[in-house]
Amino acid sequence: MYKDNIIRSRATDNIAFMGVVAVAIFAIALFAGAGEGGLAKLMGPVVADLKSPLLRDLAVAFTLTVTLVANLFILGRFPLRAQIITVWVELLLLFLLFFDSFNLSYSFILSKVGFMITQGVFTTVYVSAISISIAFILALLGATAKLSSNGFAIAIANFYTSFFRGVPLLIQIYLIYLGIPQLGYVVGAVPAGVMALSLCYGAYMTEIFRAGIRSIPRGQWEASRAIGLTPFQVMTRVIMPQSMRLIIPPTGNQFISMLKDSSLVSVIGVWELMFLARTQGRAEFRHLEMLITAAVLYWLLSIVLETVQSRLEKRFDRAHR
Amino acid sequence: MNRALGPLSPTLQPAVSVRKLQKWYGDFHVLKDIDLDIASGEILVICGPSGSGKSTLIRCLNLLEDFQKGEVLISGTALTRSAESVAAVRRHVGMVFQQFNLFPHLTVLENLMLGPRLVSKLSDAEARQLAHEYLTRVRIDSQADKYPGQLSGGQQQRVAIARALCMRPQIMLFDEPTSALDPEMVKEVLDVMGELAQDGITMLCVTHEMGFARRVADRIIFMDQGRIIEQGEPKAFFDNPQHERAKEFLSQILSH
Repeated sequence: MYKDNIIRSRATDNIAFMGVVAVAIFAIALFAGAGEGGLAKLMGPVVADLKSPLLRDLAVAFTLTVTLVANLFILGRFPLRAQIITVWVELLLLFLLFFDSFNLSYSFILSKVGFMITQGVFTTVYVSAISISIAFILALLGATAKLSSNGFAIAIANFYTSFFRGVPLLIQIYLIYLGIPQLGYVVGAVPAGVMALSLCYGAYMTEIFRAGIRSIPRGQWEASRAIGLTPFQVMTRVIMPQSMRLIIPPTGNQFISMLKDSSLVSVIGVWELMFLARTQGRAEFRHLEMLITAAVLYWLLSIVLETVQSRLEKRFDRAHR
Repeated sequence: MNRALGPLSPTLQPAVSVRKLQKWYGDFHVLKDIDLDIASGEILVICGPSGSGKSTLIRCLNLLEDFQKGEVLISGTALTRSAESVAAVRRHVGMVFQQFNLFPHLTVLENLMLGPRLVSKLSDAEARQLAHEYLTRVRIDSQADKYPGQLSGGQQQRVAIARALCMRPQIMLFDEPTSALDPEMVKEVLDVMGELAQDGITMLCVTHEMGFARRVADRIIFMDQGRIIEQGEPKAFFDNPQHERAKEFLSQILSH
């Protein structure tokens, strides 16, 4: 955003502000009955000695308030980067604490995580990778068709994007998996899933590509055509290379989003991450363990992809005007 | 010489003939009955107030704009809206734009080589040599490996001129080539154009640079509201304009 040059006093140095924050935290903690929760256990025997529940609530709420306000006050004095990292780590710890409160069986997770990765993550990644490649081609064709002056092409592309953007992906998966056999062709679960994902995301990406192509100034077309390039050459040599810079970032988002939407193809029995998460824990009633493992794996995958995406963006940015 | 352009030698016929050209943008009549002949090797400057249709006129000559009525002949070949005719005309007509329109994703050298490689079907080495030759002519060969975004406006416009010249056109169209430039960069572009004018190429320049017009032009055309209302040699035009609008225009443009 905009880097303002005005220096303002820190909110965390403002007594009124910190007072309001402290009162708010104290009130919420008290209202939530902090004396009976997991925090009380963390504080151990000190609190357990207090006989009255109200006293216990007050003690825990007070400790919590002091800790959080002190934390806020100290963090407020950190430089920006340190602030970002510390808050990130604190949130992560809170998150882990939250998961830990489920009494998860870590040995069960450890015994399954290998298979979840070799079978589940592998399948998720390759289904998504194939689908995004096909979607990329479909989007290219769709966008070119929509921007053309050919009535047939425009109509087909419009119909395609209208349907596949307008119908839930889950229904598309069922329609393809159950519908195509009606025509006499039996499709496997993986090809059906890939087909549904690519058709759906191809439709979304058509709009991204269209916007990318249209954002290239008219002058680029005029200069290329005046030199004598054919419209096809203009498209492949001049327009597309430039629109890639605009298309790559949102396409990266689509890929990350597809990675997670690929969990929907578990309904037709593809052994990807979500399918395993649902089936592996079933026998021992360890659903939560497997779901959390899958969540973490999806998250890690997304982080890796985000990194790749930002690398790609830099690469396509090298000749930024 | 291309067969599509017919057997006549270019010296015996005008490089560009415009006959009764009419163009409308919707209801707006932009070009009204334009008649114009430009001899081979002639340097023509087109001036006039903004909205007078001068840019539209030269953009009609290679069909970057279409027109509704009238005729355009480039070296005797009629410009129709068929792909063949347009391609044949554009092979002989180079264009330089106000906004340069260089390809920002290609280096300067690649900008110049694109047309020769894809359209003239030269080999990579030939195209490279040609590109360097023209970059040297516009005195910018040292910047060959930079991207357009790294150059100043004046340098970019000189690259754009070299890019058009690489297609070896007989006619060059300049659409306000210095209007987007900072004042101190105007001269380097005009100098290159002046040198080009000495080489016998036919030039049509839409420009407000009256000093350039006076020095370099063989003829000046003054347009107003879609019509050519005055034309003549630079000296006559500047010293003794006939029409009221031309006098007004000149007094405004020369007074500051």
